[in-house]
Amino acid sequence: MIELENVAYSYGGAELFSGVDLTLAPGSFHFLTGPSGAGKTTLLKLCYGELTATSGTVRLFGADMRGIGRDDLALARRRIGVVHQNCEFLDHLPVAENIALPLAVAGRAGEGEQDLSDLIAWVGLGEQAGQLPPELSGGERQRAALARAVILSPEVILADEPTGNIDWEMSQRLLRLLLELNRMGKAVLIATHDLGLIRAAKAEVQARVLRIAGRQLQVAGADL
Amino acid sequence: MSRVLTWLAGDPQADRAVPPTGFTARLTVFTAAAMAFLAVFALALSLATGRLADRWASELAQTSTLRISAPPEQLAGQTQAALEVLSTTPGVASATPLSAEEQRALLAPWFGPDLPVEELPIPQLIEIVETPEGYDATGLRARLQAEAPGAVLDDHTRWREPLVEAATRLRSMGLLSLVLIAAATAAMITLAAQAALAANAQVIRVLRLVGAQDAYIARAFVRRFTLRALGGAAVGAAVGLVAVALLPRADVAGGFLTGLGFQGAGWLWPVVIPPLAALVAFVATRAAAFRSLGEER
Repeated sequence: MIELENVAYSYGGAELFSGVDLTLAPGSFHFLTGPSGAGKTTLLKLCYGELTATSGTVRLFGADMRGIGRDDLALARRRIGVVHQNCEFLDHLPVAENIALPLAVAGRAGEGEQDLSDLIAWVGLGEQAGQLPPELSGGERQRAALARAVILSPEVILADEPTGNIDWEMSQRLLRLLLELNRMGKAVLIATHDLGLIRAAKAEVQARVLRIAGRQLQVAGADL
Repeated sequence: MSRVLTWLAGDPQADRAVPPTGFTARLTVFTAAAMAFLAVFALALSLATGRLADRWASELAQTSTLRISAPPEQLAGQTQAALEVLSTTPGVASATPLSAEEQRALLAPWFGPDLPVEELPIPQLIEIVETPEGYDATGLRARLQAEAPGAVLDDHTRWREPLVEAATRLRSMGLLSLVLIAAATAAMITLAAQAALAANAQVIRVLRLVGAQDAYIARAFVRRFTLRALGGAAVGAAVGLVAVALLPRADVAGGFLTGLGFQGAGWLWPVVIPPLAALVAFVATRAAAFRSLGEER
């Protein structure tokens, strides 16, 4: 579904990483680790087309990113759920409308209102559904971002430090959701420093742990 | 038509995705209103000068003046001779010598109402009205030269042409003003739209990340600016129409400027201005939105 082939990315003349090969196949589960600044977020952005690789090939659902138009990229993004590290929202819209935003842009506004309510309740934001995003705590924003990422039932889920601002219990609930989605055949890639999350996931699923180090993407050691 | 109505009804979700921005909203409404107000006057000027050019062209082309300057004892004889020549000239519908009262009225603006025209060596004027086919001015001059040597034929060509030319140019300038007003409106709305797009960069980024296509993002901006321009232009055109309607009537003062306005079905022309303003806003905002959206992924 998402393929990176010999991908390199440079920023400001400095090479962040090179020679990256990665395939997110249906049902796969990947963790991406590495020190801060190693390029985890950049690699995720390459996976959903927010950034363009300096060299190499990135394919989203078979389409080469070098030749893809903006509208086709938008359609591809509807098949990818992304939980961003900084959880950007439309601050003038209530949480519920933000979560339903992917439905609206896909022309499916109003569809599955019960599912939307269930999803909001599942991420524990039932009481905050009518609030504006700036009124939410960091953890609540993270949960709202997760709900928004999965509402279109995407084929791939990319999450950038999804447990960075939430407590252990919520991180376990989040992991259970991601595992459940993975069992449904969705590919999951999580960039994280949270070793506890990785270990908890590995106890339940065949997860592959990757690490960016020395400007290369490597398979992490067995200790993870 | 149904597509237009659907578009006008709008997509509440898309509309809500972009927060209203007070500055650009006020700028667009004000610009549209001011430009529509000016457009009403440019339109009125253009239509009035058009009427004026047509009237001058037709009225002056249908009339001419014969001036007979002769010693007092010959004046009546030459006038009679000239009238006889005119009565037998093909293309002359009527020839009427101006009475002393009419000549006095003509001179009154310069010399006052009590001018003793009978005692002054004033030429006798004969007003000639032509048939639609007109007469042969060269032939008539030749005949008059023989029968009434003191007669000078003025067929108004000398000053008719510059007048009609001036009125025609005024009409062209009125139309050019309308084009410039439309262009200035487009420029102002483009700037306002670009400001709105820049102010909503984060909104656009979020919409992009959740899979919004350019058309979805642009629609919210385009519809909003189009409706603002329509509303502003409707108010501006209405105020302009009232202002034109309140101008003094042409038949009261009779001058050119008081003839500025609309007549008959001409009053319907300003109704076209708000939809045109909306169309200009639609095209300008759409172009600005797609250009801006095309600059980034």
